[in-house]
Amino acid sequence: MTVIVWIDHRRGHVQPASWEALGKARTLAEGPVVAVVMGHSVDNVAEAAIHYGADRVYLYDDAVYADFRFEPYVIALQDVVEAERPSLLLFPGTTRGRDLSAAFACRAELGLAPDAQDVRMVDGKVHAERPVYSGNMIATVVIETTPAVVSLRPRSAPMPEPDTTRQGDIMRKGALVSEEEVPTKVTGFEQTEAGEVSLTDARIIVSGGRGVKGPEGFEPLRELARVLGAAVGASRAAVDAGWIPYKHQVGQTGKTVRPDVYIACGISGAIQHQAGMRESKVIVAINKDPDAPIFQIADYGIVDDLFKIVPALTEEAKKRLGKG
Amino acid sequence: MKYIVCLKQTPDTTELPKITPEQALAGNEGATLVLNPWDEYAVEEGIRLKERFGGETVALSMGPESVDQALRSALAMGCDRAVRLWDAIFEGSDYWSTALILARGIEKDGGADIIVTGKMSVDGNAAAVAHGIACKLGVTLLTQVAKVVEVANGTITVERLLDEGRETVTAPLPAVISVVKEINEPRYPTFIRIRKASRAPIPVLSAADLGLSPEDVGQQAARVRWVNLVKPEPKQRQVVIIEGESPEEKARKLLDYLIEVEKVL
Repeated sequence: MTVIVWIDHRRGHVQPASWEALGKARTLAEGPVVAVVMGHSVDNVAEAAIHYGADRVYLYDDAVYADFRFEPYVIALQDVVEAERPSLLLFPGTTRGRDLSAAFACRAELGLAPDAQDVRMVDGKVHAERPVYSGNMIATVVIETTPAVVSLRPRSAPMPEPDTTRQGDIMRKGALVSEEEVPTKVTGFEQTEAGEVSLTDARIIVSGGRGVKGPEGFEPLRELARVLGAAVGASRAAVDAGWIPYKHQVGQTGKTVRPDVYIACGISGAIQHQAGMRESKVIVAINKDPDAPIFQIADYGIVDDLFKIVPALTEEAKKRLGKG
Repeated sequence: MKYIVCLKQTPDTTELPKITPEQALAGNEGATLVLNPWDEYAVEEGIRLKERFGGETVALSMGPESVDQALRSALAMGCDRAVRLWDAIFEGSDYWSTALILARGIEKDGGADIIVTGKMSVDGNAAAVAHGIACKLGVTLLTQVAKVVEVANGTITVERLLDEGRETVTAPLPAVISVVKEINEPRYPTFIRIRKASRAPIPVLSAADLGLSPEDVGQQAARVRWVNLVKPEPKQRQVVIIEGESPEEKARKLLDYLIEVEKVL
């Protein structure tokens, strides 16, 4: 049984969740693992896919694939699915991965399990576990179609170790449609906050809540995050108060994260926030209020003023981790 | 110009944690039902489209009678009309059957230039039905829409939020636009509109009205089956409260744990 994995990248910069999906495919497939890369002049991505575990790569390389658009990407997927007849089509659960998996699955009338945190083969059928009710429940679903289509939540499968000695075939394909045939046109792009660590991919997150008291209150947290190489998160209270943009929100109606360390500063720990971070490997809570619910789900707690503790942590981390 | 906003009625998010798997599977969640919060942004954008470019905004939803409440919320915000789609055979529909039902509803209403949806529902969390609607109608799909820049000459120009930044895209109408929260601030309904909405007639279209049969929709047409539903088991943790004479001492001790014991830094 063949598994196809779609690799998510933008202009050659790969979303790490793509490699996690490739690693997951290796554990599932009893047959070949085939990676699909679409883009323009992205041989590096195809080569990396071999290193991360693909047996072969279909590289759709043409200007028409330079930017993600549904029309040419769905057609390219139809092409590789036709050629390989997989049992499973696996996508990283990134924004593009979720978009493309849904658009393709509907076009091909296939069963879809979006944002799965686990995938298994049981008696030849694909079973997936996925959060529903905004993370308050986990549904196990069976996909009745062949192939099945699944998008895998970032950081729910381990990042594989790349093996640069690994060999595999790269099958080059050109454009299957002309630019004239693609109605959607990308006319501009603006990079926002370059160098910011993505919350869903982050290994370390420093997060702020109501206790941060205002937009300036996030500055010490950002400084700690910078020293730790961490992403910055926030509770709904801080976002609703306008102290930090919605894209930083962790929780039931924000992002779900699974870092190795989650440092919650001035966050009370309401159930809705817990839904977004309770799978973190280690949870640290810093809060003046000893009765804050966050201490009930934390591994380590400091009952103190975050404006004293966070700068102290930053200074200590600079010494210990050698970052300035 | 005509805009159709596809919306869903969902449990109130503050009540989501107390719904049990048994209640959810029985379809009787015991929670207050509201307009899906993600769809509030879609309704708002649908109304802004008619304010900017003229035309009519229609609210559309699939569901039983309780769903009229959510449609009335949309009317109270400023939609001109509302239509509900329901039939017993729709029960248990998967994403693509739901999309088909909504697409047929849109066609039955005479089509639309722009179909607006929210990103996902707070109960289903699929973020897939918008993709299905565009697929079934054979129209442009634009997702992660954070701004409608222009609607002119049969095209729409939008700004999309990517993981890496903002992208500007132009595509031909008709189009489905799935919007993100960054796009607007949903307005509060006015008292007069709430009152008017409570009296508005909401036509209901059945499977027969939409030309749908049991092979197309419902449980047995579903391509995905739910076999289990549980509350997640969070890891049991016993908090170690770090004490110390000074913030510096506490910071040092915490880093000792994180670096030496947990080995996560």
